[in-house]
Amino acid sequence: MLLEVRDLHVEFRTRDGVAKAVNGVTYGVDEGETLAVLGESGSGKSVTAQAIMGILDTPPGRITGGEVVFQGRDLLRLKEEERRRIRGAEMAMIFQDALSALNPVLTVGDQLAEMFTVHRGMSRKDARAEAVELMDRVRIPAARERVRQYPHQFSGGMRQRIMIAMAIALEPALIIADEPTTALDVTVQAQVMELLAELQREYRMGLILITHDLGVVADVADRIAVMYAGRIVESAPVHDIYKAPAHPYTRGLLDSIPRLDHKGRELYAIKGLPPNLTRIPPGCPFHPRCPLARDVCTTDDPPLYEVSGTRGSACHFWRECLDG
Amino acid sequence: MGRYVVRRLLQMIPVFIGATLLIFLMVNVMGDPIAGLCGERQCDPATAARLEQEFGLDKPVWQQYVTYMGNVFTGDFGTAFNGQEVTELMATAFPVTVRLTLIAILFEIVIGVTLGVVTGLRRGRPVDTGVLLLTLVVISVPTFVTGLLLQLLLGVKWGWIRPSVSSEAPFDELILPGLVLASVSLAYVTRLTRTSIAENRRSDYVRTAIAKGLPRRRVVVRHLLRNSLIPVVTFIGADIGFLMGGAIVTERIFNIHGVGYQLYQGILRQNTQTVVGFVTVLVLVFLVANLVVDLLYAVLDPRIRYV
Amino acid sequence: MSDRHEEPEAAIAGTSMGGAMDLGVDEAESLEKRPGPDGAEPEERPRSLWSDAWRDLRRNPVFIVSALVILFLVFISLWPSAITSGSPLKCDLSKAQEGSRPGHPFGFDGQGCDVYTRTVYGARTSVAVGVLATLGVAVLGSVLGALAGFFGGISDSVLSRITDVFFAIPVVLGGLVLLSVITSNTVWPVIGFIVLLGWPQISRIARGAVITAKQNDYVQAARALGASNSRLLLRHIAPNAVAPVIVVATIALGTYIALEATLSYLGVGLKPPSVSWGIDISSASPYIRNAPHALLWPSGALAITVLAFIMLGDAVRDALDPKLR
Repeated sequence: MLLEVRDLHVEFRTRDGVAKAVNGVTYGVDEGETLAVLGESGSGKSVTAQAIMGILDTPPGRITGGEVVFQGRDLLRLKEEERRRIRGAEMAMIFQDALSALNPVLTVGDQLAEMFTVHRGMSRKDARAEAVELMDRVRIPAARERVRQYPHQFSGGMRQRIMIAMAIALEPALIIADEPTTALDVTVQAQVMELLAELQREYRMGLILITHDLGVVADVADRIAVMYAGRIVESAPVHDIYKAPAHPYTRGLLDSIPRLDHKGRELYAIKGLPPNLTRIPPGCPFHPRCPLARDVCTTDDPPLYEVSGTRGSACHFWRECLDG
Repeated sequence: MGRYVVRRLLQMIPVFIGATLLIFLMVNVMGDPIAGLCGERQCDPATAARLEQEFGLDKPVWQQYVTYMGNVFTGDFGTAFNGQEVTELMATAFPVTVRLTLIAILFEIVIGVTLGVVTGLRRGRPVDTGVLLLTLVVISVPTFVTGLLLQLLLGVKWGWIRPSVSSEAPFDELILPGLVLASVSLAYVTRLTRTSIAENRRSDYVRTAIAKGLPRRRVVVRHLLRNSLIPVVTFIGADIGFLMGGAIVTERIFNIHGVGYQLYQGILRQNTQTVVGFVTVLVLVFLVANLVVDLLYAVLDPRIRYV
Repeated sequence: MSDRHEEPEAAIAGTSMGGAMDLGVDEAESLEKRPGPDGAEPEERPRSLWSDAWRDLRRNPVFIVSALVILFLVFISLWPSAITSGSPLKCDLSKAQEGSRPGHPFGFDGQGCDVYTRTVYGARTSVAVGVLATLGVAVLGSVLGALAGFFGGISDSVLSRITDVFFAIPVVLGGLVLLSVITSNTVWPVIGFIVLLGWPQISRIARGAVITAKQNDYVQAARALGASNSRLLLRHIAPNAVAPVIVVATIALGTYIALEATLSYLGVGLKPPSVSWGIDISSASPYIRNAPHALLWPSGALAITVLAFIMLGDAVRDALDPKLR
């Protein structure tokens, strides 16, 4: 395994108490593999990613337990300087909104070249040449001229390409993409996703794709991990999930996608709201919204049951769910 | 950019005329422009009439204003109460006040920005709370109180400095007055920098910089500071005009013979020429400083475009 | 700009792509400020903005302390005789510059007046100038600013130029010029002067707030439904624009008190026999070596008063605008 997250716990101190954002998340991603992490806002998927990258705001955030094993080393035990050398070089991150994620007062060339001067000790001139080449590689037209422009002078899709260029600059082993296409126009989304998938195949990188868009997932992901209230509720190869979800939450997500062949029918929506993280309900955190919930669900927090060799579900009644 | 500058210069004209006219009216209509010309005594009617004619005071005010401004633009600012050319007074007074202002600006940059960066990066810690409280106190205590107290402590009690400044006003004697002049702005610069840093520290692009694996120093200096200091630079730029105009109090406390001193004398003796002349120059400085700040903004922030 | 059209701009930060998944706000960010998926933005509900602000203020020690100080100041400016039996104008030259003694805790100033009594009576001037000038500035400034912001066009440009003119005149300098020729011995010329030079500050704030509020969807909706201008301005816009004006006015109140003292110190604000901290500080400064107490007590009172108003304004701003925290 390239990266293994084991039993990760993250808390946030807030004015209304301690918010348990991540509660025992375990997942892994291999070289050349794409893991899609799926979940609503507040499910802990981004916080997990920030903990892996080591860019969690502490305080208010705090990692209270678990391991993040990357290329055989537990990152949480490393010194900050060692982690810094890994960031950007061995693992990189692509953010959702490239306009705010890029520094508005530096040219894109400067921001790309910085990767090479800092991590590789290159001269400014060589780094600039690398930056132009990177922009070419993510297919930004007229790279030689545009390298001197500022982020706001690019279109949304082009900006996200620059974010991707920055991430692949040092050919990292792992890329975490946090909702990379959410802020983009639908037609552009496909182009950007395609580019990302292509580069991933080319460099055989591990890719963690954080998203709430099931449409994107089906095309590119190998495995899916579904998160709810800071834990994994279902983890399975992508085709298994689409064939038959083993958790009522996953089922709810799938049913709420608009489909052309269901035209005219009412769109399904999961009832209720995601839980307040300072007051996660006892038992299964999903039980207040679950159509299958019974008494046991209000008292016993389900473990991740093994559904098959490659598949797990945190539902007491996964068999029932699987049968539809 | 060129067109923007021209437009701004054109916009400055009505503001310049308005401000100088306002002061001109205040001095002329409210006061008695020849009151100070005959020494301590009241002028006798014949002399008064002669003087009024000599200075064109028998004409309507708007005409006086036009004549005065016409003279100003040929470099003739008139004469002061003691018969000295106003331009001569300016030549001795402005260098002193410019030195004082420079020192004040230096304090704002060095102390204000440093404190702001330190507290902005340590928000909520004791050092932050302490500095924040201190800035509130500095803002609250009027400059003349700060000045008198510092003069009392450093000059009289401990004897570190000369309580009043000699007429040459060299740089070293102006250090304490410069600090006093800067005090309130310095507190504002600290608070502004702090807010700006704290705000930008949580921004996405700083998170990106950290995710790129840049050393902390580089994240702070190249990414955080570069963005956070844009509003601070513009504040300090605009402050130049305020400081020069506000130096009256400081100059009075430390007996500095600068612009504020000359203006104070001019007002006491109701000398129109001195007062309006100095104010005209101050208003110009203020307007130009603001224009420069706006242009600086475009240089510092590539997102700003002037059309 | 060659690719401007090949990829339509859709990069609005945080734009959600819909579906059942966008019920909350983004994790890490929302957790710090307001966990849970509850509620709308406070700006959308003015009533809860004020009650939220009041709840915050009651728990804020800075607010409590400064409010108590201000209440005390108001009390002694209305009834100074409640805490002092002397008269501020009863002076005995033989006691000039003497230090503190029983019955005269703050000692005597250069004219032999009781510093304690004068300091107590000085509060009245400061509070009167501060409150009245702020009222004048707030009313004049917000009316002019709101009208300019609401109607825009020529009236707006003219007002903007006029405010520019007032901003270009250094305040203390303007005070010296204007007040040096006035011989009146009341607080009114000083108040008048502060209103004259202070209103552009508030009018800028009010104008900006009104322009922002005007663009709110519900204001547009009310306009589309045929609400009259006066109704729009009074019922829909003013409640939303009033918060920033209150904040700036509270802080300005402190600075006006400081300005009055500064002008009195320079000899053009209030003049003896009026009682004002500025006058006392000015008259004490020549004796700074022998009788520093005559300088320190009124200075301290002045500083605490200004500090109280500025801290109050700070606390109110924090409460009304949680984003600034």
